[in-house]
Amino acid sequence: MSKFLLEFSYLIGSITFILGLKMLGSPDRARKGNLVAAAGMILAIAGTVLFHEKDGQPIGNIPWILAAMGIGTIIGWLMAMKVKMTAMPQMVSFFNGMGGACAAIISLVEYHSHPEGSAGYLLIVFLGLVIGSVSFTGSIVAFGKLDEKIKDFGGRYLTFLNLGLLALIFIILGIAVVNPDMLGGSALWILLALSSLYGILFVLPIGGADMPVVISLLNSFTGMAAAFGGFLYHNQVMLTGGILVGSAGTILTVLMCKAMNRSLLNVIIGSFGGGASGKSASGDQTVREISLSDAAILCAYAGKVCIVPGYGLAVAQAQHVCHELEKKLEDKGVEVYYAIHPVAGRMPGHMNVLLAEADVPYPKLLEMEEANPNLPNTDVVIVVGANDVVNPAAETDPGSPIYGMPVLKVWDAKNTIVLKRSMRAGYAGIENELFFLPKTKMLFGDAKDTLQKLVSELKDL
Amino acid sequence: MTDFFLQNQDIIYIVILSILLGIEVISHVPAILHTPLMSGANAIHGVVIIGAIIVMGHAHSGDYLALILGFLAVLLGTLNVVGGFVVTNRMLEMFKKKK
Repeated sequence: MSKFLLEFSYLIGSITFILGLKMLGSPDRARKGNLVAAAGMILAIAGTVLFHEKDGQPIGNIPWILAAMGIGTIIGWLMAMKVKMTAMPQMVSFFNGMGGACAAIISLVEYHSHPEGSAGYLLIVFLGLVIGSVSFTGSIVAFGKLDEKIKDFGGRYLTFLNLGLLALIFIILGIAVVNPDMLGGSALWILLALSSLYGILFVLPIGGADMPVVISLLNSFTGMAAAFGGFLYHNQVMLTGGILVGSAGTILTVLMCKAMNRSLLNVIIGSFGGGASGKSASGDQTVREISLSDAAILCAYAGKVCIVPGYGLAVAQAQHVCHELEKKLEDKGVEVYYAIHPVAGRMPGHMNVLLAEADVPYPKLLEMEEANPNLPNTDVVIVVGANDVVNPAAETDPGSPIYGMPVLKVWDAKNTIVLKRSMRAGYAGIENELFFLPKTKMLFGDAKDTLQKLVSELKDL
Repeated sequence: MTDFFLQNQDIIYIVILSILLGIEVISHVPAILHTPLMSGANAIHGVVIIGAIIVMGHAHSGDYLALILGFLAVLLGTLNVVGGFVVTNRMLEMFKKKK
């Protein structure tokens, strides 16, 4: 009977994961979907604690298990509730790393208790360890980079070092599975060390603009690591949950790469930087600055204004002021909409989350495909801390590393005001022709500060 | 090879169908929901905690390494599950329609 209850709870759990994931894909049902999946998770966990048996033995050490779950719940809950909306990407990365570490530890303990087994058993244990460790250290580095605690670091040599390291991991993995006696128990520790190192070195050189892709990739890694746990214990819910996330995460990663017109390989190997010659040498072009009051007047007497947010908006925490500006303009009878590039910010949908936090109404956010046809009859485009996603080189300069990437064609609008901290290039490290166009005016300064001043200028008009 | 296939037939089915299902479920999601979706998927792979519970639950009482690591694994897995679902819920709260 207990076997039936256990498997039944797993069946229900698997179904809720599938339904939950499906519901997360529609704006109206997403919240319910998350709760459905969470309920399924609780059921599967409770089922395991109550009914799981191995060789006739029920789950022991229950007080310790409950204590660990209690501590984890409190810490996880507090962290998730206290984190700022702008710091969401690094939070997801952190929790992802915890899952990876959990998978790696499972393999460690499993091998420690049963060092002997068939080649299939060893392969599963070692793969779980390798993928879990890469996911753990990689996610922690991604967390540090997004939190700006770890700086970009890299170069060509690192790419080769990484490829070598990866090859070495596979070779040792192969030896440990095919000929277990050769390395003995030390294989486990060598693999742990090498894959932890690989996780660090693989994420370190990846540029800020590619971070969303990497987090999504690491997310699917942890999914796979969980699935290996499912193989290990013939546990259906771990298997379905893990593989579902593994494949969904991979597709999501590919979708994100497509939005940037880059291949996954390109992101991982990292060809940005070195080859980014493009048109950067034409240095003596001049930019036109605009004063705050002129900018305010330009916007106030426009018929239609479009706001293009980018990572600068998130850094400056300017989403609330942005909403204020939008309301002020609407009071003056100006039509305002936001144009959201799919990879603006550090995660797909990052801008939507931020603007939603500031209570910007959902229908005002236009995706790129909807926004582009609207731009030619827009009077003023305000670019807030975005750069590469509005770079005309993506359409005009075949030598540019971002050539072919779909971008927001803000240059079609009658005027463009660019809010920017300095003339520094964007994350892709390339010059932006847009800033030198005659229709473009620059407004230098911190995005939040500048928007604030723009709002007060509007009040005085 | 043939033996392996026949012995693990049902698992192979589950794997392949789950992969296809994952692809199918994700491919029609609007870009604006990508972040909550990633976060939700992140919470779901927290199912790895079940493996941690099994490891911890069947560790011998004298095996301190297994007990300590098992405890840690359950704790980290819980962080993944709880943190993942709570963060996702917070994000999605902001997508509620405003009247």
